[in-house]
Amino acid sequence: MARWQGQLVKLDDYRWEIPQNYKTGMRVPGLIYASKEMLESMREEQAPEQVANVAFLPGIVDHSFAMPDIHWGYGFPIGGVAAMDIKDGVVSPGGVGYDINCGVRLLRTSLSEAEVRPRINELINALFHNVPSGLGSEGKIKVSQKEMNQLMVEGARWAVKRGLGTEEDLDVTEEGGCLRGADPGKISDRAVKRGMPQAGTLGSGNHFLEIQVVKEIFDSHIASIMGITEIGQILVLIHTGSRGFGHQVCTDHLRVMEVAVSKYGIKLPDRQLACAPIESSEGQDYLAAMACAANYAWVNRQCIAHWVRESFSKVFGKSPEKLGMKQVYDVAHNIAKIEEHTIDGRKVKVCVHRKGATRAFPAGHKDIPRRYKEVGQPVLVPGDMGRCSFIAVGTQKAMDETFGSTCHGAGRMLSRGAARRSMQGRDVVRELENRGTTVKAGNIPSLAEEASQAYKDITEVIEVVHQAGISRKVAMAIPMGVIKG
Amino acid sequence: MKKAFEIIDHTADVGIVAYGADVKELFSNAALGLFSLITEPESVEEKLHLDLELSSEGRDSLLVEWLNELIYLFDVKHILFNRFDIESLTRNQLKATCYGEDFDLMKHKIKVGVKAATYHMLKLDKNGGEYKAQVIFDI
Repeated sequence: MARWQGQLVKLDDYRWEIPQNYKTGMRVPGLIYASKEMLESMREEQAPEQVANVAFLPGIVDHSFAMPDIHWGYGFPIGGVAAMDIKDGVVSPGGVGYDINCGVRLLRTSLSEAEVRPRINELINALFHNVPSGLGSEGKIKVSQKEMNQLMVEGARWAVKRGLGTEEDLDVTEEGGCLRGADPGKISDRAVKRGMPQAGTLGSGNHFLEIQVVKEIFDSHIASIMGITEIGQILVLIHTGSRGFGHQVCTDHLRVMEVAVSKYGIKLPDRQLACAPIESSEGQDYLAAMACAANYAWVNRQCIAHWVRESFSKVFGKSPEKLGMKQVYDVAHNIAKIEEHTIDGRKVKVCVHRKGATRAFPAGHKDIPRRYKEVGQPVLVPGDMGRCSFIAVGTQKAMDETFGSTCHGAGRMLSRGAARRSMQGRDVVRELENRGTTVKAGNIPSLAEEASQAYKDITEVIEVVHQAGISRKVAMAIPMGVIKG
Repeated sequence: MKKAFEIIDHTADVGIVAYGADVKELFSNAALGLFSLITEPESVEEKLHLDLELSSEGRDSLLVEWLNELIYLFDVKHILFNRFDIESLTRNQLKATCYGEDFDLMKHKIKVGVKAATYHMLKLDKNGGEYKAQVIFDI
């Protein structure tokens, strides 16, 4: 792969601009959040070129942004943020990604490391048994076509109504676990067929379920509001999305957008950026279908969270309430949303595409739960299974600079093939075990593809967003048990 | 014999480069490449067949549609294919019979879950007498 040779202008230690004149057709400059060291590895692939390409999209305002975890995606880089004016801008399925509303949910417990470590194998086995995972896994909940239509519209509430979770879970889920405007009429029959058997499953690839131990608390006041009070406290992180359903929705609508691009005379540097005006029927149809897939993903994480609570309850012989198993928050990191932002002192409605990026709204924002009004929206940033994960909060600076957005994870550095080759002859499971992390996976050979070496160091990613001020770190946790599909 | 396809690396995903003496062979080899990502094709027997008819706007989008159709059939109907008889192929239409069998957990090893064929870095070329196609898959 050719190294990216484009121009980057240093704005400060953590902000690098791709000037608007880098390529004819860019409507705004690009802006990459990174340290000088990270920039070197970003240049190894074409992700910065994709940041410049996104700047071509009609209606884009301010900058085409890249978070420090960016890597090469399709059309949009993963770790990209772009806001389009809803009056003259476009919506692009590539700016959301195939796994619509892939995201993370964090549960806390009142258990300590000392209580859980002796029973970690039992707990991991119970979770592996209770949470359907892996390729071709089918859900424990049987969803009929009629129910599928309901859950697409209702989101996480659909699951809560069936006893899978509590009203309080919805309060601490982005959008209350339900994106408005979902219209099952915009969903193809084949998307429904792919979605029905996979509801309530973890899936495979980079999706996981992790039992974590709090290792460091950076801001004890904010952490305590999240219910994170002790070093050694046990947390559970769930990372999954909309499974085959979201993929089919994306595939179906990319096809529509392919035609729309020529219909509306949109000039694009990359076909995978296919898009349509937000206000066109193609754009509205995509947003209505995307909301269905986003809601499906929230149902998915809601069901899984419930089975996690059941598993803990069974192993420890206490109710989830007694075990203090409350939800801290749930964030989407592949989504497009219509939001109001202030640009040059003017309130403007924009469609914010966050592809591998997390919303990071500040304290006082109307869209965050009352519990977090005073401190800002929780931001959940999972790292790879050999390192750690972070909990942060959104800031006013994110609101002012990045349309209230920050990073979403570590970001891949090595391809899956390269990761496998680098791990040749090594036993990933044993190596993790030696470091105190128990792993259970449906597909052991593919575990090597998820090894630490394949990812950027999450600590460096968090440092950049923290120093740049677009989110503030609150706590760090390390994995004790991991389930991979 | 010349290679039917090669597997290529992409940072977050994986791709194939397929070859063919004509477009029919190219499409057939691309499908073989797809199933070699998913499983060991030698483990798949011809126990059933399925007729497919597809249309699209052009040849390259037809290739993406074709591969996405096969991904869909595996995801929903759990069928693994290992032979493709492309009966007719125009710029925007394809008619094929696909041979394979139902996925069996005890018999077939699943290597990776392929979720979609993308337009990212999609390339269809003719070089001399040989056709070549590059497709990246989302996994």
